[in-house]
Amino acid sequence: MTRYWHLFKDSALLYSFGRDKVAMASFSVLLLLVLLSFSSPLIAPFDPYDPAGIDIMDSDIPPSWQEEGDPRFTLGTDAQGRDMLSTMLYGTRISITIGFFAVLLQSVLGILLGLAAGYYGGRIDAFLMRLADIQLSFSTLMVAIVVLAVFQASFGTELYNDLAIFMLILVIGIAEWPQYARTVRASVLAEKKKEYVDAVRVIGLGSRRIMLRHILPNTLSPILVISTVQVANAIMSEAALSFLGLGMPVNKPSLGSLINSGFEYILSGSWWITAFPAAILIILVLVINLLGDWLRDVLNPKLYKD
Amino acid sequence: MSGIAQQGSQPAGDLVKIRGLSKWFPLTKGFLEQLHFEGGKLVRKRESVKAINGVDLDVKRGEALCVVGESGCGKSTVARVVMGLLEPTAGSIEYDGQRIDDLSAERLMPYRRRMQMIFQNPYASLNPRLTVKQALEEPMRFHNPGIGNGELKDKVQDVMDSVGVDPSWRERFPHEFSGGQRQRVSIARALMVDPEFIVADEPISALDVSIQAQVLNLMMDAMEQRNLTYMFITHDLSVVEHFGTRVAVMYLGSLCELAPTRTLFETPRHPYTKALISAIPKLNRDRPAHIKLIGEVPTPIDLPSGCFFHNRCVYANDRCRVEKPELHSVDGGCRVACHGVQEGRVD
Repeated sequence: MTRYWHLFKDSALLYSFGRDKVAMASFSVLLLLVLLSFSSPLIAPFDPYDPAGIDIMDSDIPPSWQEEGDPRFTLGTDAQGRDMLSTMLYGTRISITIGFFAVLLQSVLGILLGLAAGYYGGRIDAFLMRLADIQLSFSTLMVAIVVLAVFQASFGTELYNDLAIFMLILVIGIAEWPQYARTVRASVLAEKKKEYVDAVRVIGLGSRRIMLRHILPNTLSPILVISTVQVANAIMSEAALSFLGLGMPVNKPSLGSLINSGFEYILSGSWWITAFPAAILIILVLVINLLGDWLRDVLNPKLYKD
Repeated sequence: MSGIAQQGSQPAGDLVKIRGLSKWFPLTKGFLEQLHFEGGKLVRKRESVKAINGVDLDVKRGEALCVVGESGCGKSTVARVVMGLLEPTAGSIEYDGQRIDDLSAERLMPYRRRMQMIFQNPYASLNPRLTVKQALEEPMRFHNPGIGNGELKDKVQDVMDSVGVDPSWRERFPHEFSGGQRQRVSIARALMVDPEFIVADEPISALDVSIQAQVLNLMMDAMEQRNLTYMFITHDLSVVEHFGTRVAVMYLGSLCELAPTRTLFETPRHPYTKALISAIPKLNRDRPAHIKLIGEVPTPIDLPSGCFFHNRCVYANDRCRVEKPELHSVDGGCRVACHGVQEGRVD
């Protein structure tokens, strides 16, 4: 273990990270957001999931620095009287969770199918890649809207509200696997022609072991890069779906559903209900994308930047 | 140096028997592209690269058989087919009396540990994510599932010592080694399972000249100590002279001549071999004139009729243009595929 720590400590990745201010800033912001949102039950001033703690009389209070502000609610309250700060903390947690697990599902599906397509080639490859083409020709949102709307209509809103987070992970996860499958397949095609793969075939190893132990570790850098971008994409997709009313329910809002719930009041002057979650969403997606850009530059040896 | 191989204690005889081996690679085209109009009819035409065409070759126990030929003559393909990395289009391969080219992966397993391969490019033949120790342990663990850690460690140490790589470097990754050291590691990987037959596919052509000799000597030492049999693919004739007991000369996917090394270099029979040998740069003035071949090697997609060499051969006659010559024995233990030699037209 210490050996791997040393390898990491001396790696080009860490060196480049220490010299790249944008990467460091993005990483700090991301870390801050993740830490704050995941410790929300401890640090949030209110519990937005507890109906008893919400008073409808507190609704629509502007941020505390404005004239009608209330010092109890730093960032004001929404139309139902929930403290914006607490709701946003909980909402960010939901958004990040969905983004992370959706990408986990995408990557597992995409990596396995991409490995199989690239390694076996022939008919399996043709079949899987045509499947990916078909999947890509429907936009993620369209597939998600259809699936979620049908689910909501057939099983009722009650059940949907309970399962919303799993449904979102499942739908976003399944809809985007071709991104991974294509990238992995391309890397596998390049790797499997190298002689080290022939060397292990001569030893007699089975194809599953060759794929997982020998080829997969050598395709990790592109996977890492698209993973960061895909987390940002998944968070965006979730926000878009929630904004359309197909995502997280009102009593368990994510950033997207918060933006949506404030949208009705934006013209009546309650800008804060939409603006704060929107700002957090933009910052979150931006820092993840910046980190992804940095990672892509570092892991691409053909690209030298000083 | 060409006689080192006869010291093996095993009975002489054929370890590997290759009969009528062919390997054609289809030029991958879509179904629609295969369709052609010919004489008003729609015909499906499938083209392929004919990399090997009916090669008969025996590897005797304890010898170092060198396969030489220019680029694209199919020598690496022969190596890959013998190792089971490619499936032959036609023909058979026997290993120690047992046909192995049609065995299932499972039944091939006992043979896998008896034959190993060394590759050309030491920068690509080691997995960059595995340490030397992991790379060396893998074949051993795979073929001896119950092996203890101590025994494995001793074995790794032993083999690393024998190829001249310091065993204390076992935790290092391939990128921390030079090309010559990497090739030593990949030889060590092949030796881990104690094979008796090693196919070496141009193992030194990617190395520095100064390192080439070291690696070659290492391979010869290993041969002596471990009673190895080599099939050595190369295009470097000086290496052949130094290393091989017998030489097989290939041209366009078929065998021209098979002869003991000294005989081949002193009295080449086949017109192609003559041209090949005369092309070796020499310092002395009384060497025979360099035979210059005219034209290019024909494309292996569209092979010439008769003898594949006829359109570049000064001795070619009508028979050569029509009939493909078979290997036939001539004196001195040589086998030559040439009508001219058989008829005595070629001196």
